[in-house]
Amino acid sequence: MSKALVLAESRDGNLRNVSFEAIAAAKLVADEVVVALIGENVAKDAAQLATRGANQVLVVEDARLLHYTPDGYGQVFMQLIDRVSPDVLVFGHTSLGKDLSPKIAAKLEAGLISDVTSIEGSGADALFIRPIYSGKAFEKVKVTEGKTLFTVRPNNIEPLAEGSSDGSIEAVTVELKDLRTIVSEVVRKATGGVDLSEAKIIVAGGRGVKSADGFAPLQELADLLGGAVGASRGACDADYCDYALQIGQTGKVVTPDLYIACGISGAIQHLAGMSNAKVIVAINKDPEANIFSVADYGIVGDLFDVVPLLTAEFKKMLVH
Amino acid sequence: MEIYVLLKRTFDTEEAIQLENGKIEEDGAEFIINPYDEYAVEEAIRVRDAQGGVVTVLTVGPEDADKELRTALAMGADKAVRISIEDDVEEADHFSVSEVLAGYLKEQDVDLIIAGNVAVDGGSGQVAPRVAQLLDIPYVTTITKLEIDGTDAVVTRDSEGDTEVIKTSLPLLVTAQQGLNEPRYPSLPGIMKAKKKPLEELDLSDLDLDEDELAPRLETVERFLPPNKAAGKVLEGEIATQVEELAALLRNEAKVV
Repeated sequence: MSKALVLAESRDGNLRNVSFEAIAAAKLVADEVVVALIGENVAKDAAQLATRGANQVLVVEDARLLHYTPDGYGQVFMQLIDRVSPDVLVFGHTSLGKDLSPKIAAKLEAGLISDVTSIEGSGADALFIRPIYSGKAFEKVKVTEGKTLFTVRPNNIEPLAEGSSDGSIEAVTVELKDLRTIVSEVVRKATGGVDLSEAKIIVAGGRGVKSADGFAPLQELADLLGGAVGASRGACDADYCDYALQIGQTGKVVTPDLYIACGISGAIQHLAGMSNAKVIVAINKDPEANIFSVADYGIVGDLFDVVPLLTAEFKKMLVH
Repeated sequence: MEIYVLLKRTFDTEEAIQLENGKIEEDGAEFIINPYDEYAVEEAIRVRDAQGGVVTVLTVGPEDADKELRTALAMGADKAVRISIEDDVEEADHFSVSEVLAGYLKEQDVDLIIAGNVAVDGGSGQVAPRVAQLLDIPYVTTITKLEIDGTDAVVTRDSEGDTEVIKTSLPLLVTAQQGLNEPRYPSLPGIMKAKKKPLEELDLSDLDLDEDELAPRLETVERFLPPNKAAGKVLEGEIATQVEELAALLRNEAKVV
């Protein structure tokens, strides 16, 4: 019986979808899945994890774990590893997962496969597929020595439905020693609450939005569809928006169900970050814009005409 | 202050990727300093100029990487070190490379290590946090601001759009996020000076590392290109009609709304 330990994550008090996807991924390579739920006042979420594929949920609560720190979470996770003795460790490819997983891998002298988008085969023979060059190419990787550690990219692995498991829940006490990094302040950015890397729908703007205010109609459409707003490097460099919104080879690589590119020309670096989206819509005044070469649907027109009309159309549609 | 920059030579982001016998075709491709590592070089120079000290740029790689090291020296770094492992370790992975870097850094006095938060080729972002763990020093990734006062540091980090302010202390490793600074271009005098700056080449025998302990944990069994997308549908007619059609297509054909 092989065992996996999965790190679950919450954001703004709710479990992140990528955690359910990580459990599903763990199920593909291990027989038994133990989920670690770490933080302050997080026990309320354990029951949900226990039905979404987890055989067991270990809950670690401590006021010092309110904010993620590599030392805090690292100590907890290493103690859970000692307890569970997993063969497989799975993290979301999130800010937290990207920060913590290399530390754990280094401690275990193990490999780590980052940003996995799909898995072929099962158990020790599993092959992990991940993008390289921000999605311009892909590679298939296998573990040749040591434990199997990987991070899963949000939105790529189908999560298991509620009722898939009836796992047990256990509170665990761990020892925490000095933390060498202390989070003294967190400023939440108001980007409609939906995180870009996990968003199912992204409305992105390029130089064509012309100003910071030009993002308003994009934000309105994104809000209506429950999506997030992104941007091209051009828009970020022109100071129309924050670099946190940048999508591309520098910036974020995203794979939403729907990507609506507004006033984005489609430089190769930008395409690398979004061309694996399931459905791409391009709205651009220039019919020769490169973005149309990857778009499933295109409208040649001014985004300031098209986007508000589209918002109005969806409003009508979603009412019915 | 002893400042080290972990630098990687990568494909220019302008390059399309082609495969030749299952490997990435490198012939004729342009190479650059990994864009995130440029922020790291710039930040290291700024910290040195404010606090005094020495900036050493450090890379693991073959002789070709000397070009990128010289560029960093031309920007203003003081010294460069390249550790050559390609003759000893085949298909090195993050484990191998971080063990090599840590093996070298353990022997140095280190106050601050700056790296890019991710390389635009492999895209894993693993090596820097691994090195911090191996050196047993604190780290903060994806930073957008770094303030140092004596051995205290206040670091601002970007976490998926949220901003975290973190208090920590030196020795410290940080990784650069976009927005940390605006990297300078090498000046002509800088380029001239860089030619005379020290660039040391080392291999495993200089580092007291055994190749058997660096064997990769992972193996890439295949590389492939994503399927080409079929040409999409550019809508026609009045804008209002096009929008109506698009909304209906997204709802009924693509089923994404």
